[in-house]
Amino acid sequence: MDMNSSETWIVIVAIGIGSFLIRFSFVGLIGDRKLPDWVLRHLRYTPVAVIPGMVAPLVLWPPATGGEPDLARLLAAGAALTIGYVTKNVLASIFAGIGTLYLALYTLNILG
Amino acid sequence: MTSTTSKSAYWRGIRNGLPFLFVAIPFATLFGVVATEAGFNILETMGFSVLIIGGAAQFAAVQQMVDNSPTLIVIAIALAVNLRMAMYSAALVPYLGSAPLWQRVLLSYVLFDQNYALSVLEYEKRPEMSVGEKVAFFVGAATPIIPAWYGMTLVGALVGSQIPPEYALDFALPITFLSILAPAIRTLAHLLAAVVSVTAALIFAFLPFNLGLLVAAVLAMITGAQTELWLERRGKWT
Repeated sequence: MDMNSSETWIVIVAIGIGSFLIRFSFVGLIGDRKLPDWVLRHLRYTPVAVIPGMVAPLVLWPPATGGEPDLARLLAAGAALTIGYVTKNVLASIFAGIGTLYLALYTLNILG
Repeated sequence: MTSTTSKSAYWRGIRNGLPFLFVAIPFATLFGVVATEAGFNILETMGFSVLIIGGAAQFAAVQQMVDNSPTLIVIAIALAVNLRMAMYSAALVPYLGSAPLWQRVLLSYVLFDQNYALSVLEYEKRPEMSVGEKVAFFVGAATPIIPAWYGMTLVGALVGSQIPPEYALDFALPITFLSILAPAIRTLAHLLAAVVSVTAALIFAFLPFNLGLLVAAVLAMITGAQTELWLERRGKWT
């Protein structure tokens, strides 16, 4: 890494300020003015519109394996999705995902 | 609004936020480890976690800096990763927009994926909550996570490279996101939006600066909204 300390701090502070302004943008500046129905209808889908697209590459091409698809991580993702969808319980889904991940890593390690 | 009901909303927020410690703890620790290994000192590593509070953006920034990207590109990529927060901010307006300015400043600082998702679910479930109670719940949901985020970043920075990669801490992030996502798929409109999001994100992955994700998100939102309208016209939307 070539960056010196003052450059590093410029980057950190700039991202910090930028992130705050992004978060503050609507809830801070627009305040309690009413948003039109069509805007609300689109915003209802923000979590299911952003999260799957963000996760898909991380599941299919995990950086930790150098971008190679990894069976243990695929199984863990499948377990988290299935249990979360069936139980509607976030914590159960996290446990299912992490449990499956360690079980699969351990098993595949023994087999491999 | 009485302070008693706000206090109970705050505690309910804390209770609902607690499970995410299981994710925030390994994730923040991992960030501390990765940033330290990349050559940042403890103060700089803490600077990321205190000023940015966004794991994905922090990792993106560190990765870009290790790759010696120009300063402006590093900033642009990290902010692009955090752009989804603008949508969260907009989605919170109907619930929190009438809160006092100082509260909106505070809750903007602690707005991240998990407490956003928890809060919107709660507000949909209990529309009778007052604005004060909604703010209290939101801040409550952030309360256990923020100190853990700071503290475990510090632990990670101190522990450095002691944690072997076999522990696969890298996968805590995708699992958290999937665990938030799966229960949120309640209708055909949600399901189709999620499918379009994945497909478009993979198709447009070649676009620079994480723009592919933004394109995918916009297409997916349109898909959800149009599906909802279509079901409504057929009288199948409740």
